[in-house]
Amino acid sequence: MTPPAFLTGEPLLWSAVLLGLAFGFLLHRGGVTDPDVIVRFFRLRDFTVVKVMVTALTVGGVGVLLLRETGLATLQIKELNLLAVCFGAGLFGIGMAVCGSCPGTGLAAAATGRLDAMAALAGMMAGGIAYALAFPWLAAEVIPVGAFGKVRLPDLLGLPEWACYLGLVAMTAGIFRLIARGERR
Amino acid sequence: MKNPRWNPYLVGALIGLVCILAFALPGKAPGMSTGLSQAAGACAIPFLGSEGVAANAYWSKPSHRPGWDYSTLFLVGTAAGALLSAAASGALRLTSVSEEWSSRFGSSRALRLTGAFLGGALLLFGARLADGCTSGHGISGTLQLAASGWVFFAVMFLAGSVTAALLYRRRA
Repeated sequence: MTPPAFLTGEPLLWSAVLLGLAFGFLLHRGGVTDPDVIVRFFRLRDFTVVKVMVTALTVGGVGVLLLRETGLATLQIKELNLLAVCFGAGLFGIGMAVCGSCPGTGLAAAATGRLDAMAALAGMMAGGIAYALAFPWLAAEVIPVGAFGKVRLPDLLGLPEWACYLGLVAMTAGIFRLIARGERR
Repeated sequence: MKNPRWNPYLVGALIGLVCILAFALPGKAPGMSTGLSQAAGACAIPFLGSEGVAANAYWSKPSHRPGWDYSTLFLVGTAAGALLSAAASGALRLTSVSEEWSSRFGSSRALRLTGAFLGGALLLFGARLADGCTSGHGISGTLQLAASGWVFFAVMFLAGSVTAALLYRRRA
């Protein structure tokens, strides 16, 4: 099945700018462009990041499920290359705790005048160049280790689709309750 | 100064809506690090030459070629959106050292910028190795119940928490 292409050519590029505009605006309004908020998230002292991310992925998850059911969208699953994803995410987490930003919030923070985020962006350019230069070796030696392909949680857990989404919503409700209880103290 | 922040649950729901629109209209899941890697390719031109960049095994993949496409224009939008929000709320100003950092490492601007540069290098190297970042894996991946997204999120959180605990440990 081919995904329906509503947008191609110039309208597609405009949609990138407009959706990006909304995304950047919301990152700043949500407070997650503030490096203190990110650092306090990792120190479990501020739950703004959790609130924003968990709400986004639950609303988005149910929405995309409905789109898929009605044939309006197809999934875009990234491959689970276990070693590369774990090692990459490990480096990423260290970088995120040091910077107080991730690529998206760092770019957004730099645009609001944060010089440290601009330095982080410069570092990202260096890291991106290093990665491209190391890519032939990584592609041969690291990425194929533990390559499971485009697996999803329903495949992995052997549970039906609806049960996994129900689990997602239940997890979200549980996290919200925990946060509410924690903040009341 | 006005508080520019909105309720984080509302912001999260609206970001979820942006994701739904991105799946429905352009059919592209939101992501940051592919576009940033393309930008890094453009930054590499002075060092490697445009032929060198074009011949690179990573940047020669169709979706990773440096240039103005969906991924890089999404970055332009993101920067412009944050700028707009900050300008509208009077939060637009040059700052370099955050509160948490200065309370632990002092107010040296050079130290903060060096740390942020090194952290940034780890961020994008890690994001490319994992094939996604907090957006591509953390939101777009997890919301599709992709195993890679959930693994990324868990390992990223673990590594970040341990790093923050070590970095911000109070000296006895």
